[in-house]
Formats: sequence, structure tokens, C-alpha cells
Amino acid sequence: MRINKILKFIFTLIVLTTLFANYAKSTEECFENTSRAIFKFNMTLDEIILEPLAKGYNKLPAPVKTGASNFTSNLGTLLTIPNNILQGNFKQLGHSVGSFAINSTVGILGFLNPAEKIGLKPNKEDVGQTLGSYGFGAGCYYVLPVLGPTTLRDSLGLLADTFVDPFAHVTIRENEIFGASGNKLDYYSVKGTGAVNFRADNDKNFESLEKNSIDLYSSFKSIYLQDRKNKIMNSIETQDDWGSLDN
Amino acid sequence: MQKISVCLISFLFIFQSSLFAYSSNPKSFIDELVKDAITKLSDKNLTKEQKASFVEKVATENVDINALGLYTLGELRKSSSQDEISKYQKSFTRYFLKSLTSRLTDYSESEFEILGEDKKSVNYTIINSKISPSDGGPEIKVDWRVYTKNPEKPLIRDLIVEGLSLARTQKEEFSSILNSNNNDIQELIIQLDLFVSKNQ
Repeated sequence: MRINKILKFIFTLIVLTTLFANYAKSTEECFENTSRAIFKFNMTLDEIILEPLAKGYNKLPAPVKTGASNFTSNLGTLLTIPNNILQGNFKQLGHSVGSFAINSTVGILGFLNPAEKIGLKPNKEDVGQTLGSYGFGAGCYYVLPVLGPTTLRDSLGLLADTFVDPFAHVTIRENEIFGASGNKLDYYSVKGTGAVNFRADNDKNFESLEKNSIDLYSSFKSIYLQDRKNKIMNSIETQDDWGSLDN
Repeated sequence: MQKISVCLISFLFIFQSSLFAYSSNPKSFIDELVKDAITKLSDKNLTKEQKASFVEKVATENVDINALGLYTLGELRKSSSQDEISKYQKSFTRYFLKSLTSRLTDYSESEFEILGEDKKSVNYTIINSKISPSDGGPEIKVDWRVYTKNPEKPLIRDLIVEGLSLARTQKEEFSSILNSNNNDIQELIIQLDLFVSKNQ
């Protein structure tokens, strides 16, 4: 019954993405003025909450930071696994399953990362990337409150993530899987720690970008779109669009 | 005679750095240039002005600022007049040097290592490197797009940090400013000049 529901959801998602994503090119804005206002709000939120937390987090001893980062990253692999299957990427599936199994056991619930030492390094995948790998366009770009930059495809993907991610099933929907149980607070705590960890890792980059941008909103947009493209292709593309300047 | 010798030696010493050129091999070129920059920018004996003047000199000689300026202007470079382009290039160069000094200073206390090279064509070689921040932060992968049309004088055209092209980001930033100002190049020039004057 539950599988039926998930399949229906995925089908609806594909139909919606196909319908809407083709209406807009990825660089087009859905509603730029609103997005710019939300971006401003997010930046204020960052300034008063996330940035101080990240700066404090950066003062923690390195093993604590690494442990927290490994823990959230290991749980994130649970979302990667179904997406590896949906993308038919079985080599990466091996990396993801192997990494999760080893880190959750030998790596003491994921706080250590012994899997990386033996060459298992799964790429993070989500439904937005899976849809991208199927050839669905990004759709238009906009900014969500708190969550930040996104596109039509990626925000539908974000919603779908909670249906394919076993960790979300255990926590948000409070379903027991293999004896594991949890609640919403667990889910948001892990996601929150992941966000602080990301912000802390990129503290210097954020500062540098803020200091050197003429239009910070556009810089974030460009970085977000380039990053998503690389993630969908699972590679760092050195795009050659210098055209006539080559001569 | 002794005075003349002292003057001559001092003259040679002062200009020794400007006579020094980096290797023409793209890999060694980036390695020498970045290590030189890290040494200079992390030198606590140098003043802010001395560091800025070093960056300006190195960037002017080793970065293809002219091509970068045209690239970031996008399609507008084809429809703008020569006079407009020339004014834009002047403002862009000042803006670029200012922001480059700031960016490089932010990352000066880091370890640098060349990882490899990928010759894309006769015109381009991508140099792969990594930067390890001294504060224990995560390693940053940086690819350098080196323009090698003149094999004797390689020039940097772009930095691709963790897959994100700085030139492309800059181009899209400028494009947004132009789009919201009816593609008026003058408005972009004003914004660039404003950035420079704010960061004096």
C-alpha cells in the first residue's frame, strides 16, 4: 500500500516537473523581486543566527566537528541510496551501501568515517539530481525562506526527498524501520547540524563573497546553479564558453 | 666610483623582482606564482599597500584581465562602442585588482599543492590544485584555466573553485546588473567604480 502511494507520488512529481520545468529556462527568475526580498530576509537570519552559530562551531575541537560532520553525512547517505537506484548508478550504489554499513558499525554510528579510508566515497544524491539526470530542466529560479536558493525542479525534489529518504520516514512520519524509531525533532536536529556544519566550513568563503560582490543575490544564484549542474553530472565541468575570445 | 656601484646594486636589487618571470610551463607557472603570492601575502613585515602593489603587479602581468573583462561583459561587448568598452575595461581592471587583493589576502594563510594538469587544447590547459587552509578547514579544490595561445607567456583566465567558475559567476553578476538597467553599460561602470571607491 505504502509502495503504491510512493509510486503515485513519484509519477505525479514527474508529470508536474515535465509540465512546469519546460516553461522556464533555468536562468529565468520566477518572481525576482520577491526572491530578492526573501534573500535579504535569509541574509538577516544568517547574520543573527547561523553565522554566530557557525563561528562558535568552528571553535569546537576538530574531532568534535569531524564527528558531527561524519554523523550527519552518514545519515545523508540514506537519501543517496534510493537515488542511486533510481539513477541506475550501481557503482555508486555499492559505494553508498558499503559506506553506510561500515560507518554505522565500525565507524560507531557514523561518527567515524573508516569507509573513506578504504576508498568508499559516495556522492550525495537527492531527487532533484535524479530528475536532472533524467533530463528534466531546472525550471525557474527562486529563493525559499530559510532554505535558500532553489529551482522548480529542486523544490519538488526537496519535497519528494522526504518520501524516498528512509531517515525521514523514521523521524518525520515516525515509522519504525528495522527496529529504528525517531521523531521530527531528530530529523530537524540532524538537518540543522548539517546546515551549521556547512556554514562553518564555508565561513571564509561567505565572507569573501559578501565583501567582493557587487550583486550578492546574483552571485549566490550563479553559484547555486553551477553547483547543481555539477552534482547532476557527478563531475566538475570546466565549461568552455569563451567563444571568440579564444582567438 | 663606490657610490655608483652602490647605486647600481641597489637599482638591480629593487628591480630584481620585476625582472623575475614565472616559468612558461603552465604547471610550474601556477606553482611558482601561487607560492610566491602566499609567501608575500602572509609576510607580516609587508604593509597592506605593499601587498596590494605586489598583487597588482603580478595580476597585471599574469592574468588575462583584458579577455576576462570582455568575457564578463557577455554579449554586450559586441554591441558596445569602442569608447564604452575602453571605459568599461578601465573600471573593470580597477575593480578586478581590488577584489583580487581582497580574495587572495583571505586565503593567504594556506598550504598550496599542484595535483595535475589537463591540456584541453592548444589554447587552454587546466591546472588542478588544492588549498589546505591553516585553520584546519576543509581542503579546497582549485582549477586554473590557463590560456596558452602564446606558449612563452601563459596567462590565467579563470579560477574554478570546487567546480564553480569565478569568471562565470562574475559574468552572471554583471549580467543581472545590466538586465535590471536596460543593458546600460554606464550603469555597470558606475557600480564598478562605486565598489572601488568604497574599498579604498
